[in-house]
Amino acid sequence: MNNLELQKTANEVRKGIVTAVHAAKAGHPGGSLSAADVFTYLYFEEMNVDPKNPDKEDRDRFVLSKGHTAPGLYATLAQKGYFPKEELLSLRKLGALLQGHPCIHIPGVDMSSGSLGQGISAAVGMALGAKLGNKDFRVYTLLGDGEIQEGQVWEAAMFAGFRKLDNLVVIVDNNGLQIDGPVDKVCSPYPIDEKFKAFNFHVINCNAHDFDDIRAAFKEAKETKGMPTCIVMHSTKGKGVSFMENQCGWHGKAPNDEEYAIAMADLEKIGASLN
Amino acid sequence: MADVKKIATRESYGNALKDLAEEFPNLVVLDADLAEATKTGIFRKAYPDRHIDCGIAECNMIGVAAGLSTVGKIPFVSSFAMFAAGRAYEQVRNSVGYPHLNVKIGATHAGITVGEDGATHQCNEDIALMRTIPGMVVMVPSDDVEAKAAVRAALEYEGPVYIRFGRAAVPVINDKPDYKFEIGKGTVVRPGKDVTIVATGICVDSALGAAEKLAADGIDAEVINICTIKPLDEDIIINSAKKTGKVVTVEEHSVIGGLGSAVCDCLSEKLPTPVKKLGMQDVFGESGSAGALVAKYGLDADGVYASVKAFV
Repeated sequence: MNNLELQKTANEVRKGIVTAVHAAKAGHPGGSLSAADVFTYLYFEEMNVDPKNPDKEDRDRFVLSKGHTAPGLYATLAQKGYFPKEELLSLRKLGALLQGHPCIHIPGVDMSSGSLGQGISAAVGMALGAKLGNKDFRVYTLLGDGEIQEGQVWEAAMFAGFRKLDNLVVIVDNNGLQIDGPVDKVCSPYPIDEKFKAFNFHVINCNAHDFDDIRAAFKEAKETKGMPTCIVMHSTKGKGVSFMENQCGWHGKAPNDEEYAIAMADLEKIGASLN
Repeated sequence: MADVKKIATRESYGNALKDLAEEFPNLVVLDADLAEATKTGIFRKAYPDRHIDCGIAECNMIGVAAGLSTVGKIPFVSSFAMFAAGRAYEQVRNSVGYPHLNVKIGATHAGITVGEDGATHQCNEDIALMRTIPGMVVMVPSDDVEAKAAVRAALEYEGPVYIRFGRAAVPVINDKPDYKFEIGKGTVVRPGKDVTIVATGICVDSALGAAEKLAADGIDAEVINICTIKPLDEDIIINSAKKTGKVVTVEEHSVIGGLGSAVCDCLSEKLPTPVKKLGMQDVFGESGSAGALVAKYGLDADGVYASVKAFV
C-alpha cells in the first residue's frame, strides 16, 4: 500500500475503534487511536498474514501486549477481513466474539493478553520458537509506555537481547499518558530508547503518525541482524479525534452519543481530506 | 523391611525428560537457573540445544513457554514450586491457563521436605493455587515410577499441566508388574473396610506405613493414592467412603486448598462423610531435615497412625 492508502485505511480503523467503544459503552479509545497507524502498517504492509487462513504456520505473529487497546486490534482485523465489521458492535457484550481484552480464540489473534507485561514474554517465546525450528517468520509486539513500568518487560527484554532474537520487533507506543496521569509524573519510564539499548536492542525512534517514518523504521528493523529491534513510536493519545487528543481522561472511557457524533465527524473530515 | 530403593521424584523427572526426548521431538525444557537442583540438568547434558535457561526470571519464563507452545513446541518449564506456582501464578493463569496452551510445568522442591532452606522455599500452597485455574491438570506423583509415568502422560496430553516433585529421596512403592497410570485415575493401594486414607505424593508411603500399624490394632484401613488432584477421581473416593464412612486425607501441603479440600469439595456435595485433613495446619514451615520436619508436622507413618487412630 502507498502512504495515501495506508492513511485512508488507518482512518477507517479509527472509525472502527470509536464505533466499537461507543457501542460497548466501555473500552480504551485513547491508546487504540494512538496506535491505529502502526496497527494499520503492520497488517496492511508489514506482516505476512492471510485473513482467509489465520492459522497458517509460517505467518508473522503479533502480540498486543498492551491488550486493553483491543479495539484498535479488532478494528484492524475487521478491516483486514478476519471477521465481519459488524462484530465490532458487540465488543465486550455477553456471548460476543470480541472479548474486552484479546483472546487467542478470536480469528487473527495470536495470543491472549491484557495483563500488562505478559504479552512481550509470549512474543519472545514465539521468536525463540522460530529460531529453534529454523523458521523465518517474524514476531511483533506492541507495548504501552506505561506498561513498561512492569518488571516482567525487562525480564523479557534481557532474555531477547541476550538471545539475539533479530526476528523480534518490540514496539513501544509512547503516547505519554497513563491512567493516573502523564507517564513522567506517575513513574517515569524515560529514557525509553536508552533503556532498550542497554538491554542489547537496536533502537529506532519514530513518528507514530508518519507512514514514511514508520516504513523506514520497519525496514531498518528487518535489516538489523544479531539483535532484536525496539521501535519507540512517538504518538498522540487519542489521535484523530479532536477532543480525545492528549487527554488522560480518554484512556478508558467510551464516548456518549453526542461525543460519538463529533468523533465520527472529525474522522469523516480527515477522510475527505485524503480524497 | 529390607533396603527399599529410594529416589527423589525430581530425579525421576530429569530422567524422564531425557528418556522421552527422542519420542517427543517438540519437547523443549526451560529452567530458571536451577537446572542442577530441578534435575533438568540431566536433560540439558543430553540435549543442550533443547534446554533453555531463562535466568532468574520465572514470570518471563512462563510467558516464553506460552509463546513457544503457540508455535508448536511442547515446553516443560521448571523451577521450585514456590516460584513456578507462587511467584508466577498470574502468568500461569493468564498466559497459560486462559488461552489453554500446551505448557507443562514441572515444579520441584515442593512442600516441607525442601528441608533446611526453610519456610521461604517450602511451598505448601501450590496445589491450591494451581487447582483453581480452569482447565489445569494437577498431579503429585508418589514415587519414581509414578513420576516418570506422569511426565509421559503430560506430554501425551494436550493442554496445561502442573506436576509437583519433591527434593527428598522417597521409597519406590509402585514398582509392580500391573502398575498402570492414567491422568485422573486414583489407585487403591491397600484395600480395607474401617477407614479410608486418601494420600498424595510422598504421603502415600506414610499412609501405607500407618495402615500397617493400624492393622496391628485391628483397624483395617483402605489407602488410596491420588496422583491427579485435578481432575479428581471422585468415584474411587465416593466408593471407598461408602464402605468405610470415615475419610482421612494426607498431604505435604496446606490443609487449605489442597488434596483435603478437593476431597471435601467432592464428598460434601455427593456423599457427606466425616473427613480429617492432615497436612500443614495453616502454618509456615521451618528449617530442619526433611525427615525431622515430616515427623514434627505429623506426616510420617507414626504421625498419620496417631491421627487416624484418634479419628476412628
